[in-house]
Amino acid sequence: MSSVDALHRESAVDLARACAAGERSARSIADAFLARAASVEPGLDAFLELDAARVRAQADAIDARRDRGETLGPLAGVPVAIKDLIAERDAPLTCGSRILENYVSPYDAHVIERLRAADAVLFGRTNLDEFAMGSTTETSAFKVTKNPWDPARFPGGSSGGSAVAVAARMAPLALGTETGGSIRQPASLCGVYGLKTTYGRVSRYGAAAYASSLDQIGPFATSAADLALLLGVIAGRDTRDSTSADEPVPDYAASLGQGVEGLRIGVPREFFGDGVDPEVRATVERAIETLRGLGAETRDVSLPHTEYGIPVYYLVATSEASSNLARYDGVHYTTRADAPDLEHLYTRSRGDGFGLEVKKRIMLGTFALSAGYYDAYYKKAQQVRTLIRRDFDAAFADVDVLVGPVAPAPAAPLGAVVDDALAMYMMDVLTVTANLAGICALSCPAGFTEGRLPIGVQLLAPPFAEPTLLRTAAAFEAATDYSREEPIA
Amino acid sequence: MSAWETIIGLEVHVQLDTATKLFCRCAYEYGGQPNTQTCPVCLALPGALPVLNREALRLGIRTALAVGADVATHTKFDRKNYFYPDLPKGYQISQFDEPFCSGGAITIEFKDGSTKRIGITRIHLEEDAGKSTHRDTGGSVVDLNRCGVPLLEIVSEPDMRSPEEAYRYLTALKLTLRYIGVSDCDMEKGSLRCDANVSVRPRGQEAFGTKVEIKNLNSFRNVQRALEFEVARHTAALEHGSEEIVQQTRLFDATTGETRPMRSKEQAHDYRYFPEPDVPPVTIAGDEVEAIGATLPELPRAKVDRLATAHGLPRYDGWVLAEEPSVADYFEEAVAADAANDPKAVSNWVTNEVKRVLNEGTHTIDAFPIPSGALSGLIAMQRDGAVSATQAKEVFQGMLETGDDAPTVAKARGLEQLSDTDALETAVRAAIDACPKAVADVRAGKEKAKGAIVGHVMKQTRGKANPGVVQQLIDRVLAE
Amino acid sequence: MVDPSVVDSVAALARLDLDPAQRERLISDLGKILAHIEMLDRVDTTDVPITSHPLDATDVDAADEPIASLPVAEGLRNAPDREGDLFRVPPVLGGDG
Repeated sequence: MSSVDALHRESAVDLARACAAGERSARSIADAFLARAASVEPGLDAFLELDAARVRAQADAIDARRDRGETLGPLAGVPVAIKDLIAERDAPLTCGSRILENYVSPYDAHVIERLRAADAVLFGRTNLDEFAMGSTTETSAFKVTKNPWDPARFPGGSSGGSAVAVAARMAPLALGTETGGSIRQPASLCGVYGLKTTYGRVSRYGAAAYASSLDQIGPFATSAADLALLLGVIAGRDTRDSTSADEPVPDYAASLGQGVEGLRIGVPREFFGDGVDPEVRATVERAIETLRGLGAETRDVSLPHTEYGIPVYYLVATSEASSNLARYDGVHYTTRADAPDLEHLYTRSRGDGFGLEVKKRIMLGTFALSAGYYDAYYKKAQQVRTLIRRDFDAAFADVDVLVGPVAPAPAAPLGAVVDDALAMYMMDVLTVTANLAGICALSCPAGFTEGRLPIGVQLLAPPFAEPTLLRTAAAFEAATDYSREEPIA
Repeated sequence: MSAWETIIGLEVHVQLDTATKLFCRCAYEYGGQPNTQTCPVCLALPGALPVLNREALRLGIRTALAVGADVATHTKFDRKNYFYPDLPKGYQISQFDEPFCSGGAITIEFKDGSTKRIGITRIHLEEDAGKSTHRDTGGSVVDLNRCGVPLLEIVSEPDMRSPEEAYRYLTALKLTLRYIGVSDCDMEKGSLRCDANVSVRPRGQEAFGTKVEIKNLNSFRNVQRALEFEVARHTAALEHGSEEIVQQTRLFDATTGETRPMRSKEQAHDYRYFPEPDVPPVTIAGDEVEAIGATLPELPRAKVDRLATAHGLPRYDGWVLAEEPSVADYFEEAVAADAANDPKAVSNWVTNEVKRVLNEGTHTIDAFPIPSGALSGLIAMQRDGAVSATQAKEVFQGMLETGDDAPTVAKARGLEQLSDTDALETAVRAAIDACPKAVADVRAGKEKAKGAIVGHVMKQTRGKANPGVVQQLIDRVLAE
Repeated sequence: MVDPSVVDSVAALARLDLDPAQRERLISDLGKILAHIEMLDRVDTTDVPITSHPLDATDVDAADEPIASLPVAEGLRNAPDREGDLFRVPPVLGGDG
């Protein structure tokens, strides 16, 4: 395990410990992951930008600090890949869009400040669906990221680049963002851990907004322990985000060994409908059996408004997005099209700068908010959202955690859904409700299809019950070996 | 009485005097170098988020309490979506259907002392936009320093019935806002802006006439002028059918005194208001409101009422003194310094001489070279005949220049008035001897002729004689 | 299908140029999506309040104390056109600010 060749297989927990202890230099860790990326990235296209010089400069600075006798932070020398939606000072921030193709951020997101303070190494900018609008990472204006388990298939999205970077061990950890499943779904399709944090758990400051009332930043990792490590660094109140919660940050690592004895697990029947692939269903049912075998109690519960999640999500998210993306107007910092007058400057810069999926969502949201339609669309959706929240409130009155599939199906071939107006949206049917309700949820590797495509199991818990998710995932991980399998790439 | 009735409502925007902007912590000062007072939030960079400046809300609540409005227990912010280069987010954070405050009124007062209550519909908080400047060479340049500065929008009821009432409303509102210290209300710096809505209808008709909005009003006088122009235009249209009045926005041109329609190149605005998801709803606790209320100063009308009743001043004097609360304070201190002085005399001194000096701009009332007690001393000297009215003004000027008290200045400049009967009697007798014709005339009943004798005394005493005392002495000597 | 004129007016409101192919796609796709959304009509939302924020008010507010602004060179580093330290834009169609 100590050979440089195998260093990229080590956990973030081990790497950080070894770096802090002086057993490994941050530079040697960075070089190992850069070498790994050099070998596998060409077939996967997970990164929009990976600047080896910037990576090494950070690693060298961390080593210099340790050499001066300073105590290093909890992520000492650990590479963390960053979804290219999160602002990093002096680094490009494209959001996967032509309209920000040449944009360089003059400031750090809150989570980036936290990572720097923890002595992590910011490890490149990962690909995503344009402005996180997509479920396959194919709407990126720049490249199509491939699933490391089968490069002919998509990795899921929108945080597909981050999921692939971790799945292919190009980085031990990555940050993604969630609006309707953009961490959990690619995590499931790529066989890694992905956590959608409780709304308000992690500051959104510096993450380009898609839908403000749904967006959350969250971690990807190859184990529950690594997930807990990164979560502990990024969680907590930030006074630059009004929606950041004033809620203490628990010791997430401490929850890992608690087991699931006596844990009350709810199985929402609406998560096992006809649209769910039989292999996915069987895998999740086996996972539930495993948890029961570990001492958890299971019971059937109902989330009756689940089927309305997609229409509610697409109205709420696009309404907010239509406003959030108004700032990309060709005037102050975005790419500007040639235009003789201001009106054409707007319509051409935005017309040329945004891809079709983004335009579609801006159009839908603009329509839903426009005079005469607001009550029927935006308001109606926000009312049904209340009912979806109440479903979860009622369910969590009786259980500690809910278990179900993440995505209705495993990864499909590239191009299979991205051009179908509804098929891509329906992939989010089991993830969007958690965002609408603001609760936390996690995807954890739970098995494979016959064709060796990963399948994840989704765990959902009430607001700020991330420890419950981590404890359940860790117990499941200890009892199974899915997360130790590596993709072919 | 005209056959037509004018209906006017005003929307006033005032910049609040906070240290930082409404949703970011940039300081703002008028006239700063372009784009030096900006940050990721007010530049609308990707990822930046707004955080409410609670102090702005507190100043808003202060304003609400000052106009007797109801403060909501729960309020929220909304996005108003539109594209403009001075609005980098593509939306303005404002308040749509749950403003923090509704109701209230400003009472305006006319010259004859009659009053009228102008209702306030609502007051809400919103952020200011940046500043676009046209270039004659084509296009515009944009400075975002002002972007995000807290504004209060104060919307009146359509309660005003004349341009003069609109003028009085604005004056009274501004005075109140300055009293409570929420804004400097300086129109030249754009910290107070006003749009006017006006319509005209046949008197007695219930339905409103066609409403026109007027923008680009850069002084209260121009608000009045623009409204006068519009009222005349509407009335002519109604009387002679000279044109059709259409609902539109018009711009006022201060050089011509006319309004003209703003060219509109867009379909009607659809602002697509919706709740601002980045700013959670705000709760306002009753004790917060109470605590703010406890710090409110005496408001202008209450002050004028008190000046009138406590000191017997005409209301006109009260309003002049109350224009600046510190001037009114100065007046009251001067009155208190010597109970024997007539408050009206003190008011005359303050509203004429002191305010004249203040208007010259070299002195402020807070560091006025003549303390209120010293002014009181000067007034007492005049009252007691130690100086004449003309001399008193000279003494005042001397006090202003030297900072010395009145007796010191009067003595140094030889400005004491001779009121000593014994000393003056000699001069009066000499004058009577010197002016036989005048004496004869006075004795014949021509009172006016006495002036020549007084003039002679004045000449002898180089103007220092107290005219009142001289008059009495002449009467006495002639009666001997 | 949605009414093409609705697509055109919404595109104008959103300041989006659409090429003919995109316009056709959006007429079709938005039609399908809106048809799917109609399922919300089945839900009785009488007296149900809206959820515009997932969590209850956190009432984060900041002290009214200035923090250094961004250096002007940083604020304008991505500006597509500028005149000195000002952003520059072409004229509004038809004049008038």
